[in-house]
Amino acid sequence: LKTKYSKARRGGRKGSTSSSSSSSSSVVLDPLSSMLDGSDPLSLFAAVSQTPELGRKRREKEEEVGSDFEPWSSKRGEILSRFTTTEKLSINLFMGSDKTSSPSSAVSEKVRTRLEELDDLEEGSQREIWSMCADPHPLPESFSADDVNDTAKETCLNWFFKIASIRELVPRLYVEAALLKCNRFLTKSGIQETLQRLTAMIRGIGDPLVAVYARAYLCRVGMEVAPHLKDSLNKNFFDLLATFRQIHGESVQNQLAQQRVEIPIYLTLYSPAIHWILQCVAYRAPEVLLTEMMDRCKKLGNNALLLNSVMWAFRAEFVAMRATDFIGMIKDCDEAGFPKHLLFASLGRSLSCADPPESERLSILNDAWKVITKVRSPRDYINCAEIWVEFTCRHFTKREVNTILADIIKHMTPDRAFEDAYPQLQSVIKKILPHFHDFSVLFSMEKFLPFLDMFQKDSVRVEVCKSIMEVFIKHQQEATRDPVILNALLHICKTMHDSVNALTLDDEKRSLSLLINGFIRMVSFGRDFEQQLSFCVEARATFCNLEPVIIHLIHTVNQLAMETRCVMKGNHSRKTAAFVRACAAYSFITIPSLTSIFNRLNLYLLSGEVALANQCLSQADAFLKTAVSLLPEVPRTISIEGKQRSSEPFLLDFINNFLSTLLVVPDHPEQGVLYLVRGLLNMVQDYTWEDNSDAKIRVYISALPLLAAMSQESYLYTIPKVDSNETLYGGDPKFIAEINKLCETLIGQVLDHLKGLGRDEGVRRQGSLAFSLFGCLLAHGDLRNNKLNQLAVNLWNLSHKHGFCDTRTSVRTLEYIKHQAQLADLSHLSDMTARLSLQSRT
Amino acid sequence: MSVSLDIRLKRANKVYHEGERVSGVLLVNSRDALQHQGVSLSLEGLVNLQLSSKSVGVFEAFYNSVKPQKSKLQPNPVEFSITPETLQNVRERSSLPRFLIRGHLDATSCAVTQPLTGELVLESSEVAIKSIELQLVRVETCGCAEGYARDATEIQNIQIAEGDVCRGLSIPIYMVFPRLFTCPTLETTNFKVEFEVNIVIILQDDHLITENFPLKLVRV
Repeated sequence: LKTKYSKARRGGRKGSTSSSSSSSSSVVLDPLSSMLDGSDPLSLFAAVSQTPELGRKRREKEEEVGSDFEPWSSKRGEILSRFTTTEKLSINLFMGSDKTSSPSSAVSEKVRTRLEELDDLEEGSQREIWSMCADPHPLPESFSADDVNDTAKETCLNWFFKIASIRELVPRLYVEAALLKCNRFLTKSGIQETLQRLTAMIRGIGDPLVAVYARAYLCRVGMEVAPHLKDSLNKNFFDLLATFRQIHGESVQNQLAQQRVEIPIYLTLYSPAIHWILQCVAYRAPEVLLTEMMDRCKKLGNNALLLNSVMWAFRAEFVAMRATDFIGMIKDCDEAGFPKHLLFASLGRSLSCADPPESERLSILNDAWKVITKVRSPRDYINCAEIWVEFTCRHFTKREVNTILADIIKHMTPDRAFEDAYPQLQSVIKKILPHFHDFSVLFSMEKFLPFLDMFQKDSVRVEVCKSIMEVFIKHQQEATRDPVILNALLHICKTMHDSVNALTLDDEKRSLSLLINGFIRMVSFGRDFEQQLSFCVEARATFCNLEPVIIHLIHTVNQLAMETRCVMKGNHSRKTAAFVRACAAYSFITIPSLTSIFNRLNLYLLSGEVALANQCLSQADAFLKTAVSLLPEVPRTISIEGKQRSSEPFLLDFINNFLSTLLVVPDHPEQGVLYLVRGLLNMVQDYTWEDNSDAKIRVYISALPLLAAMSQESYLYTIPKVDSNETLYGGDPKFIAEINKLCETLIGQVLDHLKGLGRDEGVRRQGSLAFSLFGCLLAHGDLRNNKLNQLAVNLWNLSHKHGFCDTRTSVRTLEYIKHQAQLADLSHLSDMTARLSLQSRT
Repeated sequence: MSVSLDIRLKRANKVYHEGERVSGVLLVNSRDALQHQGVSLSLEGLVNLQLSSKSVGVFEAFYNSVKPQKSKLQPNPVEFSITPETLQNVRERSSLPRFLIRGHLDATSCAVTQPLTGELVLESSEVAIKSIELQLVRVETCGCAEGYARDATEIQNIQIAEGDVCRGLSIPIYMVFPRLFTCPTLETTNFKVEFEVNIVIILQDDHLITENFPLKLVRV
C-alpha cells in the first residue's frame, strides 16, 4: 500500500489531485470531451411516450399508488408558500462549507459546466438511430429490456456512461435519480439495483440538510417509478435516522453560527423533506412497521423534528390512538430545539380528522392549550390555535369553544395583530360553523360576536358574514323569533348591506340580497303580526340600499295582510282592519323608492289587489291610481341583463293584467263612471308609443272584453265583501250606455287605424289587427245586432283580403262558429258563416 | 467530385472478442459515377504514447530507467485502514490531526465492464472532511533496449463523498470504468498498460490523504 499525505492547492479541479501522485502525470483527458455518437435516451423516451400505450401504462402504475396518497405536486405549493416568505431562508447551506469562494457563483459555474457537458446532442443522431433500426416500431405497453433493440440499448447505455463520469457527487446523484426510469431499457432489475445504490450513495453527502432533500427526491422518484419497492424507502428513513446526530454536530453548528441562523428556524427547514419521506414510508404500511419506526424515533435523543414529521405523515388514526403518548414525548423535547407549538400544530392536524379515545380528550385539550396559550408570537400562536379549533368543536360544547375564542381575541387584539391573520381567523369561523347549526347556541357564545369584530378589513368582514349567512340559510329548519339570533343576524346582515357602495358589482349585490332575503324569510313572530310588521319597518330602514331586499319586504308585508285576512276568515275586526291598512301604508310609501319602473307598476297593482281583498277600498284606489299616473314615465326601452330592450311587450302585459283587475274595482263615489278605465285609456292614448306600432290599438282591443264583462248582470268574478260595479249600478241603463259609448269610441279608433294601414307594408298588420278585432267581437259581442254582425263579417273579409291570414286558424275559427251556431240561442251565427269566405289560394 | 465512405458495423456496441467476425456494410455515397479498383478492408492496431507538454520533463527523467517489474496484484478483496501512522511521506506525525478511515475494495481484479465497488467508513477525524474522491489512473510503460518511459494519466475522478460526512457510516465506493479510456491490463515485452485507483481524502484545510491500489482489469 502506498498511503500519502500532502498539502495541495486546490485551484482548478482538473488534474490537481494527480499532481500529488508519486508518478508523473500528463494533462488529463476529459473523457466527456470526445463523446461517442448516438442519440440520447431522453429524446428516445419522449418519442416513445407519444404513443398512447405508454400513457395507459402510466395510469396503471398509478393504481399502485392510490388517490389517498397525497402527491408531491400538491405538497409543493404549500411548502413554497411557507418557505419563500422569510428572507433568511435564502442561505446556500449546501455550499456553506466552502469558506473561500462565493457560494452562488460556484454553484452556477458548476451547473453550467455540467449542463454543457450533458448538452452534447449531435444533430441528426436521432434520425441516424432510427435509420439503423430495421423496424422502428413503438415499444409495447409494458415493455421489458428484451423488447428494446440493441441500438437503443447502446444509446441508453452510452448516456449512463456519460452520467457515471460526472465528477461531483450531488449532481451525479440527481441526474441518476431523475433518469431512474430509463433503466427499464437495459435490464429487468436495473431500477431496483439503482434505487438501492443511490440510497447508499446519499450517505456520501456530508451536509445533512442537502442529504435529506436528496433522500426526499429519491423517494419521490421511487414512488413514481417503482412504488412497490418499499425497501429502499425504509432504508432511506433508517439512514436518515442514523445520520441524525450530524445536525447537532460541530460542522453544522459552526455553519449556523457563521450564517447567524437560529436552531429552531434551521430545524424547520428539514420538515418538508422528512414529512415527505415519512409519508412515502408510512403509505399503506402495516401497523407493526409504524410502531417500529415510532420506537426508533423515541430512542433517538432530542427527536422533536422527527416526532413532528411522524405526526404529520403517519395515519391520523394511528396518531390519534396514541395522542396522550405523543403529548408525553412532546413534553420531553428540548425547549431550545424544534418549536413546540409546531409539534402541537402537527398533533392538532391529526386530531382534527381522527378521534382519540373519549376518556383522554379533555386532558389532551388542556395539555395542548397550556402550551399554545404561552406562544408569544401572534403569528405562531394563531397558526397553531386555528388547527385546534376543529378538535375542540368536534368533541366539546360551546363553553370550551367560547374559552378558545376568548383566548384568541386576547392574543390577537394587542397591536392589531389580527390584521395579519385574517386567513387563519376566517378559518376559525369556517371550522366553528359546521358544528353549530343551532344558531341560538352559536350566538349565545359570548365571544362569537367580539370575535367577528376582529375582522376589520371590509372585504374580509363581508366574506365572513356571507359564510355565516350561507350556513344559516342552509341549516335553519324553522322560522325563528329568538331575539339573540335576530339581533346577531341583523347585525351581520347590516354589515353586509353597509358594504354596498357605488362600486359594488351587480352580482355581489344580488348575492348579498339573496342572503338577506333568506334571513328575512326565516323570521317569524307567529301570530304576533304587529311585531312582524315592525320588524319589516326596521329591516326597510336597515337594508334601504338593496332593492331586491326592499321588494322582498313589500311582498312579506302583503303576505302578512293576506294572512291576517285568512286568520279573520275575511271578517276584519276594527283592530285587524287598522292593521291591514297599516300594511297597505307600508307598501304605499315603500314602492316609490324602487328604481325599476316595472317593479313599481307590478307592486302597485299587487298591493292594490291585496288592499282590495282586505276591503281597503280607498287604499286600493290609491295604488291603482298611482300606477296609472306612472304609465307616462315608462321609457321606450329598458335595460335587461345589460341589454337595451323595447319595453312594449312588458307594458302590454302589465296593462292587460291591470285591465283584468279593474273588473272588480268599484267606481269611486266622488269620481265619474268608469273613471279608472277612462284614466288608463287616456294614458294609453297620450303615451308616446314606438313609431309604426300597433300596441295602442291592441290595448284598445283588449279593453273591449273588459267592457263587455262589466256590462253583464252578474260578473265573472268578484271579491268577497267588496261590492263591485255590478252591485253599485245594478245594471243601470245609464251605466250600460256609458259602456256602449266607450266601446264605440274604441272600435272607431281601431277602424280608423285599420284604414290607415291599407297601403303598402301595412296590409299584413291590417289583416292581423282586423282578425283580432273579429275574434273579440265574436267572443264578447252580441252578433244578433245587425250592425255588429256586418262589422264582424267585414273585418273577417278584410283580414283575408291580402292573403296574410293563417289558414289553419281561419279554418278552425270557422269550424268553431259553425259549432256554436248549432246551439239554441246562437242560431244567428249560421247565417253569418255563409258570408265568411276563406282566402283563395292563388 | 465528393464521395463519402461510411463503415457501418452490425454490432451496436462495437465490442468484439477474439475469434469473432467483424461484419457490417460499407456505404459509398457519391453524386457522380465513381470509378474504383475494388474495395479492400484492412485492420490495423496502433499504440501511441502521447507526451503532454506537462510531462515532458518527467518523461526525460524516467527515460533510461530500469526495466518494468511485474507488479503483484493485491489479493481479493482488499481491506484497508488509513491512520496518521500509515502515511509514508510525513516526517512529524505528531503535528498531524488524528483520523481513522477503514474500508475495503470488493476486488482489485476487475472486469472492465463491471464497476469497481467497495465501502469506506470514516470512523473518526479531528478535522472536517471536505471531499472523498476516487481517482482512476492509467500507467503506460513503453521501452526498448535503451530504457523505459512511464507515463501516468488521471483518466477519471469521481467524488463519492462531499462535505463532512457522518462518522461510522459506510459510504459506498462505486466507479464505472470509462469505456474510452480503459482496456484490459496489458503486459508485453516492450509495452505495458496498467491501471491504479487512488482513494483521495481531502480535509477541510486542503490536506490530501491518498491511498493507492493497483488494479488488474480483464475483459470477461
